[in-house]
Amino acid sequence: MTKQIRNLGIFLTLCYIALFVQVNRLTVFDAKDLQNKPGNNRQAVRDFDRPRGSISTADGVVLAQTVPDTNPDDRLELQRTYPEGDTFGQITGFFNPLSIGTDGLEKEYNSELAGRDLTDLTNLDGIDRFVDDFFVDKDHVGNLSLTIRADVQRAAREALGDVPGSVVALDPKTGGILALWSFPSYDPNLLSVHNGADATAASQALLADPTKPRLARAYQEIYPPGSTYKVVTATGGVEKGTVTADEPDYPLANEYRARGAGSPITNFDDGTCGGKLFEILRVSCNTAFAQMGVDQVGTDAMVATAESYGFNRDVPIDLPRPARSQFPNAKADDPGFLAQISIGQNDVAATPLQMAMVAAAVANGGKIMTPHVLSEIRDEDERVVRTYEPDVWTEVMDAGSAGLLRQAMKEVATEGTAQHLGDDIPEFEVGGKTGTAQFREDTSHAWVIGFAGPPGEDPQVVVAVIVEAQPGVSEATGGRVAAPIASQVLAAALQPLPAPGEGGAPTDGGSGG
Amino acid sequence: MRSVRRNTELGLLFLGTLVVVGAYILASLAQDSRIPSNIGPFLAVIIGIQLVGHFAIRRFAPNADGMLLPLASLLNGLGYVFIVRLDEAHRHPGGLAPLQATWAILGMGAFVGTLVLLSQSRTLERYRYTAGLIGLGLLMLPLVPGVGQEINGSRIWVSLGPVNFQPGEFAKLALAVFFAGYLVDKRELLAVNRAVGPFSMPDPKHLGPVLVAWGASLVIMISQRDLGSSLLFFTLFIVLVWVATERASYLVVGTILFALGATFSISQFDHVQNRVDIWRDPWADADDKGFQIVQSAYAMADGGIVGRGINLGTPDRIPYAETDFIFAAITEELGLLGATAILMAFLLFIGAGFRIAMRSSHGFDKLLAVGLTTLLGFQAFIIIAGVVRLLPLTGVTLPFVSYGGSSLLANYVLLALLLRISDNAEPKPVEATEAVAVTA
Repeated sequence: MTKQIRNLGIFLTLCYIALFVQVNRLTVFDAKDLQNKPGNNRQAVRDFDRPRGSISTADGVVLAQTVPDTNPDDRLELQRTYPEGDTFGQITGFFNPLSIGTDGLEKEYNSELAGRDLTDLTNLDGIDRFVDDFFVDKDHVGNLSLTIRADVQRAAREALGDVPGSVVALDPKTGGILALWSFPSYDPNLLSVHNGADATAASQALLADPTKPRLARAYQEIYPPGSTYKVVTATGGVEKGTVTADEPDYPLANEYRARGAGSPITNFDDGTCGGKLFEILRVSCNTAFAQMGVDQVGTDAMVATAESYGFNRDVPIDLPRPARSQFPNAKADDPGFLAQISIGQNDVAATPLQMAMVAAAVANGGKIMTPHVLSEIRDEDERVVRTYEPDVWTEVMDAGSAGLLRQAMKEVATEGTAQHLGDDIPEFEVGGKTGTAQFREDTSHAWVIGFAGPPGEDPQVVVAVIVEAQPGVSEATGGRVAAPIASQVLAAALQPLPAPGEGGAPTDGGSGG
Repeated sequence: MRSVRRNTELGLLFLGTLVVVGAYILASLAQDSRIPSNIGPFLAVIIGIQLVGHFAIRRFAPNADGMLLPLASLLNGLGYVFIVRLDEAHRHPGGLAPLQATWAILGMGAFVGTLVLLSQSRTLERYRYTAGLIGLGLLMLPLVPGVGQEINGSRIWVSLGPVNFQPGEFAKLALAVFFAGYLVDKRELLAVNRAVGPFSMPDPKHLGPVLVAWGASLVIMISQRDLGSSLLFFTLFIVLVWVATERASYLVVGTILFALGATFSISQFDHVQNRVDIWRDPWADADDKGFQIVQSAYAMADGGIVGRGINLGTPDRIPYAETDFIFAAITEELGLLGATAILMAFLLFIGAGFRIAMRSSHGFDKLLAVGLTTLLGFQAFIIIAGVVRLLPLTGVTLPFVSYGGSSLLANYVLLALLLRISDNAEPKPVEATEAVAVTA
C-alpha cells in the first residue's frame, strides 16, 4: 500500500501545482486583461476615492482638482471639483465612475491622472521602484497642464455670448489648442456628486435638454462649412497647378450651370462676380469657385484635397469622441453635385475644429499639426514626467501653395468679406475667410476662419468661429456676425501668456457664470 | 521523541498565532487606523483554543504528529480574520464571525472529545457497518420531508429546531471509517484479477461494491444537486479500493465510470450543464449565472503578487465570499503569495496525513488515514479548482477556512482521528521501557 499512498501523494501534489499555476495566471499573467474587461469597474471604484491629479490651463488656472469631501452623508473622503464650472466643462469632462462614468480629459487621461502608466514617474527602476512602492506611503498622481489658455477661453465665451455656436483657437505651429468653447456648455460639478441618484438625474436632465449642452460642438458636431470651404477648393487647384494668382480669370457671372446640372449655382443676393483667385476669394464668388471645382480641380483632386485636410478621417485629438468631418466621395462624379460641394454646400460637413485646421494648414506652410490640449504631465512633486511632443498630422500642400493662399486670405481680411477680423488687432497681420451656410428658409450658420500674427512673421494663432442659426441668408452674415467674435479671440490669444497665477482670478465669478 | 514533537508543535502554534493576530490587527488598521478594541478577547479565544488542543494532544496522544494542529489552526485563524473582515464590509457586525468563533470552540470540544473517547483508532474498525449505515443515513437525511432544507438549489441541509446543519460533512467521516473497515476485510478478494482480453480486470462479482458506490454518488448528485460531495465520495471510495488492493485497474474502471456519469449528468441535468457552461465561458453571462466566477476572477486579478492588503480590497463584491469563495477573497487581499501559502498549508497537511498512513502498521489505520487525508486534501482541491476556474465549480467548503459550522466541526473530528492514528502508529516509549525491564 505504501507505493499507492506515495503515488496518491504525487497525484495530489500535481493537482496543487495545477492550482498554483492557475492562480499565477489569474493574479499575474492574465491580470491586466481581467482588469481591463469592460464589465470590471474595480479600478474605477478604487480611483474614485484616491488622490487624483489636477488639470490646469497654460496660464495656471486650476480646472479640476480633488479636495477633501465635506459632505457628512458620504463614506468617501475625497471629492472632485471643477472651480471654473461650465467654462471648461466640455474640456475637463466629469469624473463619476461609480454611477454615470467619466468624460472629457478625465476619461482620456484617466490612468495618468490616477498616477498609473507613467513609466518614468519616479525615475526609479527595478528593485528601487519595488522598494519605493512597497515602503514609501505615497499616492502617485499625474497633474495635467494644458495648452488651453483660460484668458482666451474666457474671451471666446464672452465674445460668442449666449448664442449656440463654437469657437476654436489654436497654435498652427504646434497644434496646441488655446480655446475650445461651445455654447451651451455644462457644469461638471453637477455630474460629479457622489450620490448616484443625483448624478444620474443631473445627467439625464442634460441629455434630455434640446440645446444639447453635453455636446462639445467645437469638435463633436459637424456643420455645412459654406464658403469657408472655398479655401479647400482653391488648395486643390493651386496644388494641381491649374490655378495661380493670374490664371484662370473667371468670367463675371450671376449663375453657373455645370454640364448637365439641374439647377444653377448662384451668388449670394443674386450678385455678379468673377475674376482671378484673389478677387473671387475676396468677394467669395460662388459661381467662380463652383466652376473651379468642376473645371480646374475635378472630382479626384477635390476628394484627395479634402481628405488631406482631414475630412473623412478620425482626428487624433486627445479628447473623447471627435466627430468626423465629411466630404462626399461617392456622387462627386456628377458635375452639378461637384459644383455644389466645391462651395461647401450639400453633403459637405465639418467640425469647427476641422475648419480651424484648414486655416492652420495655410498659416503653417501647408502642414496641419496634430491637434491636442495636453501640454505636459507633472507628478506629485511637480517633476515633469511627460511632455506632449507636437507632430505633423497631415501635409496638405507645399509651402509655396500655402504662401499664395495666405496672401489671398490676407486680402479677404483687409479688403474683402472678413474685414471685421482685424477690428481688435489693428497692429497685427490678419487673414481669413467667411462663410454662410443656409440652415433653414431665412436663417444660416455664420462662419469665419482666420489667422493672425505680427507683421512680416508667420501667423501665431488661428481661429474658427461658427454662430448657429442667424437670421438672414447673405454672404455678409459670416463677416458681420462671426468675424468680430474671432477678432476678440485673436486679440486675447495674441497677448503674451500671463505668468502662472496672474490668470488665476476667474473673470466671471467661477462656475455657472 | 514525545517532548520534541510536542515542543515543535507548540513553537509552530506560536508562529501561526503571530500570523493570524498580525492579520487581524492589519485588518483593523486598514479600516480605521486603530488597534482593534476587542484584541484582548480575540487573543484569549484564539490562544485558548490552540492551547486546549495542544494540551489535549500532550495528555491523550503524546506521540502524535506535530504539524497537523498548527496547520489547522493557521487555516482556521486566517479564515476567521477574513470572515470578520467580510462581515464588516457587509456592514452587519455580529454577522457570521461570532458564529464561526462559536463553531471553532465547539469544534475544539469535539476534537478533545474524540481524543479522549477514542484511545485506539482500531476500535472504530469494529463499528464499520454501523458507520456505513450512519453515513448512508446522514447522506439521505436531507431528502426526508420536513427535515431537509433546500438552500441555494442544493438539498444538503437538515433543519432540527433552530439548528441547520449539513449532515454530509459528518457522513464523509462515517463513510471513510466504513470504507476503511470494509476494504481491509475484502482487499484480498478484490485484489484477485481476471484476464479480460489483453487487460487484467477485477472479477466482475467483486465490482459490486464499486458500482454501488458509483450509483450512490450519482443518486446524491441528482437528488440533492450536490456535485461536490458526490465527486468527493466517489473519489474517496475509488482511491481507497485502489490503495487497499494495489490494483490500478480499479482506477481505470473508476475513471471510466466517472466519465460515464459525468457525460450522462451533463446531458440530462440542467444544473450540471449550467455549471459546465459557466466554467467554459463565464463572461457569456457575466451579470447573472457567471457573475460569481467573474467577480472572483476580477478579485484575484486585483490581488497581483502581494495582494491589496487585508481590508484594502473589495472581496465583498463576490457572492458567498465567506464560504465557497473565501479563497478568492484571500487571494485578492494577500495576493499570489498569500494564496500560495494557503496551498502550501494544505499540501503540508496532505503530506503529514500520508506520512501517518505510511507509518501505521495496521491496514485499517493506513486506509483510514489515507481516506481522511484524501477527503480533506481533495475537498480543498475541488473547491479551489472551482474558484480559480480550473474545474467547474462544485460548492463545497474550504476545510477549516470557509465559514460553516458542520464543516468546521467535522474537520476538527477528522483532525483528531488523524492524530489518534498517528499516536497509535508510533512505538510507545513507556511500553518499550517495560518490555526491556521484563526481558532483563
